[in-house]
Amino acid sequence: MIDPVTLAIMKGRLEQIADEMDATLFRSAFNPIIAEAHDASHGLYDAITGDTLVQGKFGLPIFVGVMAFAVKAVIDKAARDGGLADGDVYIFNDPYDGGTHLSDFRLVRPFFHAGEVFCYLASVGHWHDVGGNVPGNYNPVATECFQEGMLIPPVKLFERGILRHDIVDILLANSRLPGSLYGDLNGQINALDLGARRLGALLKEYGDATVAEALATLRDRASQRMRAHIAELPDGCVSAEDFLDNDGIVDEPLKIALDLTIEAENMVMDFSRSSPACLGPVNIARSTTIAACYVALKHVFGDVPANAGVLEPVDFIIPEESLLAVTAPKPVGGYTETILRLIDVLFQVIAKIAPNRSNGCAYGTINALSLAGHRSDGRRWVMFSFFGGGHGGHPNGDGLNHGNAPISTATIPPLEILEAAYPVMFTQWALRPNSGGDGKHRGGLGAIYEIELLEEQADVFLFGERGKFAPPGVAGGKPGAKNTFIFETETGQDTPPFVSKMVGITLARGQKVRLETPGGGGYGPPVERSQAARDRDVELGYVTGPTA
Amino acid sequence: MSGLRQVIGVDVGGTFTDVFVLEEATNSVSVAKVPSTPADQSKGFVAGIAEVTTDIAGIATVVHGTTVGTNALLERKGAPTGIITTVGFRDVLEMRRRDRPTTWGLWGMFEPVVPRNLRLEVRERTLADGTVRVPVDVEEVTSAAQALLDEGCEAVCIFFVNGYANPQNEQAAVAAVRKLWPTPYVTAATEILPEIREFERCSTATLNAYLQPVVARYLDRLQTSLSERQCSGETLIVQSNGGVMGLHMAKRLPVRTALSGPAAGVIAAQAIAEAAGFENIITCDMGGTSFDVSLIANGTSTLAAQTQIDFGMVVRTPMIEITTIGAGGGSIARIDEGGLLDVGPHSAGSDPGPVAYGLGNDRPTVTDANIVLGRINPDRPIGGKMQQLDVDAARDAIKQHIAQPLGINTMQAAEAVIRVANAKMAGAIRLVSIERGHDPRRFAVMPFGGGGALHTGALLSDIGLAAAIVPRYPGVTSALGCVVADMRHDIVQTVNATLDGLDAKEIGERMLALASEAQNTLQRSQAALAGIVQVFELDMLYLGQTHTVTVPIEIPDGGLTVSAIHQAFETAYRAAYGRLLEGIAMRVINMRVAVIGKRPKFDLSVLAPRTSGTRQDCVLGTRRLWANGQWHEATIYERLELPAGTEIIGPVLAEQPDTTIFVDPGLKARVDDFGNLIIKKQDSSWPIKA
Repeated sequence: MIDPVTLAIMKGRLEQIADEMDATLFRSAFNPIIAEAHDASHGLYDAITGDTLVQGKFGLPIFVGVMAFAVKAVIDKAARDGGLADGDVYIFNDPYDGGTHLSDFRLVRPFFHAGEVFCYLASVGHWHDVGGNVPGNYNPVATECFQEGMLIPPVKLFERGILRHDIVDILLANSRLPGSLYGDLNGQINALDLGARRLGALLKEYGDATVAEALATLRDRASQRMRAHIAELPDGCVSAEDFLDNDGIVDEPLKIALDLTIEAENMVMDFSRSSPACLGPVNIARSTTIAACYVALKHVFGDVPANAGVLEPVDFIIPEESLLAVTAPKPVGGYTETILRLIDVLFQVIAKIAPNRSNGCAYGTINALSLAGHRSDGRRWVMFSFFGGGHGGHPNGDGLNHGNAPISTATIPPLEILEAAYPVMFTQWALRPNSGGDGKHRGGLGAIYEIELLEEQADVFLFGERGKFAPPGVAGGKPGAKNTFIFETETGQDTPPFVSKMVGITLARGQKVRLETPGGGGYGPPVERSQAARDRDVELGYVTGPTA
Repeated sequence: MSGLRQVIGVDVGGTFTDVFVLEEATNSVSVAKVPSTPADQSKGFVAGIAEVTTDIAGIATVVHGTTVGTNALLERKGAPTGIITTVGFRDVLEMRRRDRPTTWGLWGMFEPVVPRNLRLEVRERTLADGTVRVPVDVEEVTSAAQALLDEGCEAVCIFFVNGYANPQNEQAAVAAVRKLWPTPYVTAATEILPEIREFERCSTATLNAYLQPVVARYLDRLQTSLSERQCSGETLIVQSNGGVMGLHMAKRLPVRTALSGPAAGVIAAQAIAEAAGFENIITCDMGGTSFDVSLIANGTSTLAAQTQIDFGMVVRTPMIEITTIGAGGGSIARIDEGGLLDVGPHSAGSDPGPVAYGLGNDRPTVTDANIVLGRINPDRPIGGKMQQLDVDAARDAIKQHIAQPLGINTMQAAEAVIRVANAKMAGAIRLVSIERGHDPRRFAVMPFGGGGALHTGALLSDIGLAAAIVPRYPGVTSALGCVVADMRHDIVQTVNATLDGLDAKEIGERMLALASEAQNTLQRSQAALAGIVQVFELDMLYLGQTHTVTVPIEIPDGGLTVSAIHQAFETAYRAAYGRLLEGIAMRVINMRVAVIGKRPKFDLSVLAPRTSGTRQDCVLGTRRLWANGQWHEATIYERLELPAGTEIIGPVLAEQPDTTIFVDPGLKARVDDFGNLIIKKQDSSWPIKA
């Protein structure tokens, strides 16, 4: 048995390796989605199963779950290729094999020790542009993945330590922003190099048996903690459902339904009553669904260590070819919206059986907004960013104003960085009054972002949600405000026909777009909110007008 | 007259004011410790100096580490502050960078130091390229400022979007506000941090404004008190980066003192550890209200470019990395709603202080528990002003508030309080060591502050640290750090140009000019300097990146060249990330000049203990103390009298005016050549140096 002090040190050292890999990429990346918003992740993965062993603290939580599938995809591919050699690195972005969407490029590198694969090191990062119909790749009207970007299956980027320049050439030729792609790719390679150096030093210092035992013990601890938490919940089945506005192609709501069964220390998450696969890009692969459930459970049970052990006591029922388990070439570009809804339904279910562990739903949409055009000198530009909203009220107090999405820890790029990089000017970057759901503890406020175009013209794309179905409150709390998007036209103002999704609106110099993001849902009945809290809301302008 | 060579370090903590005097002429030292006076810290300050010297007029330099700023931030006790900003952006401070306090769990909360109704907008706009799109209307600014005054604001921060690219509008507004504002507490964001990133700039500048009235008033009072006593020497303030600055600068940039006191402690620890032959140490400063931990690996401490004082409270100026938790001698122990014993973060400070002080507090503190357990001598309170501690009152408080609710006896309860406090401290040490991949078994812990040395033993065994080094004057370590700290002046200027076509020669000349200007400032001070070091750096990146790499630069006699900068960047980039990028332009963002005035090497052997005599000469008596659930009869030593090389076996207590050291059962201690007490487990061997 490994002693508790050594185990604690191993845990720290291994997490440190992943954290340093994160930091290396964040600081050397070219595109702000990685450099500023940290839409990337690094970790160590099991040599045989690909399961997550250790994950960096600063990367995107959703990647914690999906990277295991990505590494497994490489393990399988390497077996077909006839084995791996020291110095090989695979690269790919196939979402059906490794989860998420085409923008996320994964690099997977076997770490050899004493002639055998000890574990895998992997890096995933959201690239700025990977081809397809829409700059920035959030194509709300895609009906096949081919309209969303290039699709690269697992191929060798390095063969025995030698970079294959032909692969790099293929990647560069398929992006609108090859310079950015080249910089990010190099950042990811650097991160893997660093990880390999650090892990090598650790094995030398402590010996591979100690490190391996620490990894196994950490996993056992995660599953034990998780079992203990599940055992505290009442046995039985409880359900919740929530909806997506539409798929961008057909304007009909899509249902995400969860029937959660607790039996002693095990849990079954059954999504059978959810909608079938849709035409548009809000489908997700089965691996993405499981990864999202992992994130949701970790939010509810935050003290469980972040590794594959979390999911050991959990079984999934996800019908094949449903919205939550599609295969190629169904479009998956908007996966973020669907997994946010998965997290919302879990909080709603938990609120019914353990309200003191739940919270009002957060704003529930990534709001991927891109503005793209050409500068007067002909250079192409693509401004692409995700925007924030309110978190739900919770047992301890009002929800956080302007938080990040539960699937990420991404920070928003500074508006000054955006203005320095692109021909735009923000005319408002503010909290949105009256957007938090009422309740004993009010939902946090969403935000208002208003942007004016400074160049001749630009195309605008929006991929959002929660335009028709507001973020629900829990335990008697009211819903937050819905998402709204307004753009200027020659004749005045307009809103998208699909409410939260829009493709190819052309904006002229001096015209503006305005995004008002949802607030969080409330927690507890509004009658229980104190008068002092209501007065303070009015004084600070969080609540205005007749509703106050 | 030797008085003119006196350098005095003063560290004002939440509980005690510590003074350390170095007579440069005779290379001798003396120390003092007096209670802090939180209502007006300058009183305790002057009282402390009066304790060690009658010749205040003869002081050459007073160097001061202060926690006035730190406490105001942590306790949210800055001045009522307003913000005047660009229309559309009043919520920048509150929206942060769209983050949350923890990765897992969605229960975050945040309250900005300036509430929304005190953040006013004016019409003005500068674009990212520096073009003024909407000139600022000075009258609108004036009426916004008036409105903030009417609301009772004492300080104001003016923060305009893109001010870093062209501060013209912001400067016009600032000038107008300064004309009307009744106090000097007007902060311009670009004067504090002329750097891109609106939230970080706004937050740093707002916190500066928030601190300014509190810190400046304090420093004014201090200055008055000193000059009333004919002190003509120079007063310097320790910055969070470990260097010192003049009073004028400190009043203008109080945000740079956010970790002043703690930084002074780390500087001292570094010097002491180096002399004693320890490269890897973890410093633990336990004061009355907080416990500060910092890690020194291979003899160097780490500077962080940006520090989050609390969630959403971001300060972007270089600071020594220090982790703080609310566990000090004055931390109050209580039974929480769930029926569990908890310690801190609420503190009784030094006034009223622990129950045993008899100054009005009736809630038991960590110090009360130590008194009840027999680890603190009630007849010899540290700090000197009190004659006697009230042991019975401390015992009653623990009995009533801890023992009875938990259904245990008073001694068990007192020990439980200490164990909970120890666990919190151990957690903070793990955070800076294990969780960052450092093996604590290779580190020695250096406790200082008034209470740290009472808890060392538990930390050794809880975390598995190699040893503890208790400095000769643990209670005044931060004050000693003030005396050894170097002078430091940092200047940043934005360049923002691609390397191709850069006039490198001119850049080099500008940096040299800045350096000589800074050097003049340093040399105007009366502090004795052993030498001056100039450090030149450029913040650079590949065109398209957003994070910079710090590139050390040398400026040769023939002038700086583009190819030299190119080479220096590649060297720095390779060291940071590994792989260089082909065919991508390089950009120079900022030039940085640091001028460091090296203070004379202070020979720590002046702290050496006597070499003659025996352990037996130093026995003060014995006392019954409680540890590990039973009574022990412990020998008490006069610590400062213990000769070099003496070895003592726990359980023992070593007393000295500024602290008490507890060597737990199972531990042993030995006095080294510098008067440090090295503590280890009884079954381990001594390091060669000790």
